[in-house]
Parts: sequence; C-alpha cells; structure tokens
Amino acid sequence: MSRPTLLALQILVAVICIVLWQVLSTVPVFGKILLPPFFFSNPFDVFSQIVKWFSSGVIWKHLGITLTESILAFVIGSAGGVLVGFWFARQPLVAAVFDPYVKMVNALPRVVLAPIFALWLGLGIWSKVALGVTLVFFIVFFNVYQGVKEVSRTVLDNGRMLGMSERQLMQHVYWPSALSWMFSSLHTSVGFAVVGAVVGEYLGSAAGLGYLIQQAEGVFDVAGVFAGMFVLSAFVILIDYGVTLVERRLLVWRPTASDGRG
Amino acid sequence: MTTPTAVALEDTKVAFRLGDGRVYTAVEKAHLAVAQGEFVAIVGPTGCGKSTLLNVAAGLLKPAAGSVGIFDQPLAGLNRDAGYLFQADALFPWKTALDNVAIGLEIKGTPRAEALPRAQQWLTSVGLGAFAGRYPHMLSGGQRKRVALAQVLIRDPKILLMDEPFGPLDAQTRQVMGNLLLELWNADRKAVLFVTHDLEEAIALADRVVIMSAGPSSRIIGDWRVSLPRPRDIFEVRLDKEFHALHREIWSVLKDEVMKGYAQSTHAAEAV
Ligand SMILES: Nc1ncnc2c1ncn2[C@@H]1O[C@H](COP(=O)(O)OP(=O)(O)OP(=O)(O)O)[C@@H](O)[C@H]1O
Ligand SMILES: [Mg+2]
Repeated sequence: MSRPTLLALQILVAVICIVLWQVLSTVPVFGKILLPPFFFSNPFDVFSQIVKWFSSGVIWKHLGITLTESILAFVIGSAGGVLVGFWFARQPLVAAVFDPYVKMVNALPRVVLAPIFALWLGLGIWSKVALGVTLVFFIVFFNVYQGVKEVSRTVLDNGRMLGMSERQLMQHVYWPSALSWMFSSLHTSVGFAVVGAVVGEYLGSAAGLGYLIQQAEGVFDVAGVFAGMFVLSAFVILIDYGVTLVERRLLVWRPTASDGRG
Repeated sequence: MTTPTAVALEDTKVAFRLGDGRVYTAVEKAHLAVAQGEFVAIVGPTGCGKSTLLNVAAGLLKPAAGSVGIFDQPLAGLNRDAGYLFQADALFPWKTALDNVAIGLEIKGTPRAEALPRAQQWLTSVGLGAFAGRYPHMLSGGQRKRVALAQVLIRDPKILLMDEPFGPLDAQTRQVMGNLLLELWNADRKAVLFVTHDLEEAIALADRVVIMSAGPSSRIIGDWRVSLPRPRDIFEVRLDKEFHALHREIWSVLKDEVMKGYAQSTHAAEAV
C-alpha cells in the first residue's frame, strides 16, 4: 500500500470515530442519547478545552513539568541500570547474591511506592522522578546485564587475540553490546519514564499532565479528562518519534528485519 | 642450519569436562611443530579437534597434558605472537569494516589518524577498498572473512592461525581467496597453521599436510611434505601430476577416518 493511501485510511479512522462520538453524544437515537454528555462529553468541547489550554498558555507549564520529570527519571534510571547491570554481569557472585532481591523488588507493582515516595520526597517533582526511576531502572538493568553476558564468545576471544586489555574489551566489546541491548528497549524505558511521571502526578501533585487530568476528574469535568488524555497521547507520540530518530542514528550497524537476511 | 620453531605442540592432550561430570578427551598426544615461515595445513574429519588444537596454540585453551612452545618459549596465557582467524564470525558487528581493521592498530596505541589510512590500504589489498563504510551485516560471508583477514594481518603477527577461513565460501571464491592468501603470505612468509576440511585446498596451499584421526582421543596420524614449487597458482597446481599422486596417497588414509568420524558421531548421538 502506498504511503498516501495508508495515511488517508489512518485519518479516515480518526474522522469516523470523532464523527460517531459527536453524533452519538448530541443526536438522540430512538429518543435516547447513547453517549450521555455527562460521562462522555463530546469532541467539540474536548477540542475547545485543548484550544483554551494552548491559547491561554497554561498547558506549557504542565507539559514542561511532566517532560522534566520524565527526562530526569529516564536519565537517572538509565545511569543506575547501566552501572548496576555492568557490575552484576562482571561479578557473577554479586549477581547471585542479589538475584532474589532484584526479582522481589521488580515483582512489586510500582504504584504502591508512590505514596511512600510522596512521603519521603514531598509533592514536588522528585517523588515523581523517583517513581519513574524505579520503572526505568529495571528495564535498563536487565537489558544491560543481558547485553554484557551475551557477548559472543568468539567476538570476545577475537578481541583478546587482537591484544585488547580488560579496559579495551570494556570499551570496544562489552560497552557497545550492552548499549545495543539498552537501545533496543529505549521505547519501553522512555515510555515508562513518562508513565512514572504521570501516575505520580495523578496520585498527588500540584502540576503536570497527570495533575491536570486528576483535577478535571475531581470536578467531573469529563471534557477536561479527555482533553488531558489527548494532550498526553500526543506528548508520548512526539517523544516516541524522537526516540526513533535517536535509535536510527545509534543502531545503524544493526541488521533490521527488512534487510531480508539473517 | 636450524630455523626456529614457531609453534611446538608436544604430546598435547585436550579434555573437556562435560556437564554431567564425565570427561571427554578430544585430542590425545598431539605432536606438531611448525617452523618459522612454514605453511602447515591440518585436515581431519569433522569434530576431530582441529579448532581445539588451534585454540591451544592461541593460548585460549589450556591443554590437560603436554606442553606448548612458541618460539622455544613455553606458552603462558595468550599467544601474543599469533593472529587468529576464527571459524565463526568474529568481527565486531558495531564497527564498520574500516574500523574493524583499524582496531588492530588502535589497540597498540597507534593514533587513529594513522591507523585509518593503513586500514584502508589493507582493505584494498583484500579487494574490499570500496566497502570501508559497511557494517559486517551488510557484507557477504566471503567479504566478512576477507575483512577478518585484514584485521589479523594489519597487526603483522609472526604466527597466523586460520580455522577454515574459506569454509562458507563457494568453490570459485575459495580459489580466489586461496591465491590472495598465498600472495600475501609470499610477501613475508609467516608461520601458518591452517585448518581445512578440504584436502585439495590443503595440498595446494601448504608446505606440509597433517592428518588427524577421528575423535574422541584423536591423534595426528600422518604428516606429508608438499614439495610443489612456489610461487603456486591454485588453479594450475591442481593439474600437476605430483599433486594427484599426493592427493591419492593422503586420501587413502583420510577416507577411513572420515567414515569412522561420521559413524562415531552418529553413534554418539544415538547413545545420548
Ligand atoms: N567446550 C566443549 N565442551 C565439550 N566438548 C567440546 C567442547 N569444545 C569442543 N568439544 C568437542 O571436542 C571435539 C573437537 O571439537 P573441535 O571444535 O575442535 O572440532 P573440529 O575438528 O574443529 O570440527 P569442525 O571441522 O566441525 O570444525 C568435538 O567432538 C566437540 O564436540
Ligand atoms: Mg572447527
């Protein structure tokens, strides 16, 4: 299918959904409105809410806060994951000792940590960053650990035979391998950084997209909730697109499925 | 007049501990000496321990018994005089062909600005000058082998260990690569230990052909000198009468081992 047709069809889906939503929430069918405005609002109201946010400029502050929290969570979580992942992979004893605890902490649904972080770190951005960090850390950690452990035996031996010191092996073999695994999970870890930030905001804060949605919900402003969700989706899609660009730059050496070869 | 011995395996035994606690003796009492400047080919049935012997000579594997001498010094740790062309893909997948070759020099502390042009020269001499910017996955199997060859040769090792370097290639490409190898080798006559399963290739390339018996506990069961004149051309040397005589002679020994090796590996598989 050509690109324009695909795009046209994709837009068509959105248009149909929005029209259906608008019609069903305003025009009675058999004397009944199927999507009562109180619960479902309608596209027009949602759209005007979004326009209002952007034209008055209030949204920028909230977007900025959520973005800051996400970035901090991603950076801190990744740095920690890389360090600990490397450490564990190079020290099997340490990994063996900590293994059950790592599994235990990772099994914990992170949402339950939100109140604790709020208690420890206050209602500012850091409690949200902490929540995001706990999510990002484990994804990056597991991938880096795997990446270091799964370096091909032959490639490693080759490095040794070429005369690499332990430090050079680190730089030329372990590090690139670990990074490639980490980047392959970049979409997930960036996504989780945002989830951590928004959920944290939702559960208690004074700013951010999660806060915005939670506020609207608090006063049964359904249009506000939907508007917040749409802005959030657009925000995530933009970030995801950015990640794709970064990934393309960094993983040029990787064969892709479309290469048609193993 | 004595030429120094580049690689000397003396009564080398290699054993692997299997997962279930049993010990598998891959190679028993291997005795092999490669003189400086000599090209020795090892031929043997699959699974007989050819790669294992190369790993021992490289210092990647410690023999269970016997000794390994490199230029008359006992080998401890890795063999720093050797360049090793692995049987499996060993290029760094995250480096371009050029960087893969240059890394051999950069490790030694050669500045990058100096290493890159020399790497480019080596790529050109293995016929890949135009492929410098490609990553390994964008190269064919034969091209990857050639990059690996350049990667090893740029360091100018005194000993060259090659494990079926032309293994995955088609017959024509093998011959082209063989001639390329002979040409490069002729320039400075390193000691070469060359593993192959192709007897014709072994005779065409080497000064000596060594035959290993089928495993387990395989041994070196034959050692023939190839006195075909050099420089050789792989295409033409195959038409030589002496080549045929030698081929027939070695094959009569090798054939039995190949059948044995095949039978043993099927039995082993049944026993498991
Ligand atoms: N790490 C290991 N543990 C146990 N057995 C091993 C190990 N490595 C090799 N072997 C066994 O040692 C024998 C020799 O292996 P090797 O790789 O040297 O064979 P080869 O002669 O190179 O065969 P091929 O021509 O197929 O490459 C084989 O039977 C193999 O199964
Ligand atoms: Mg082998």
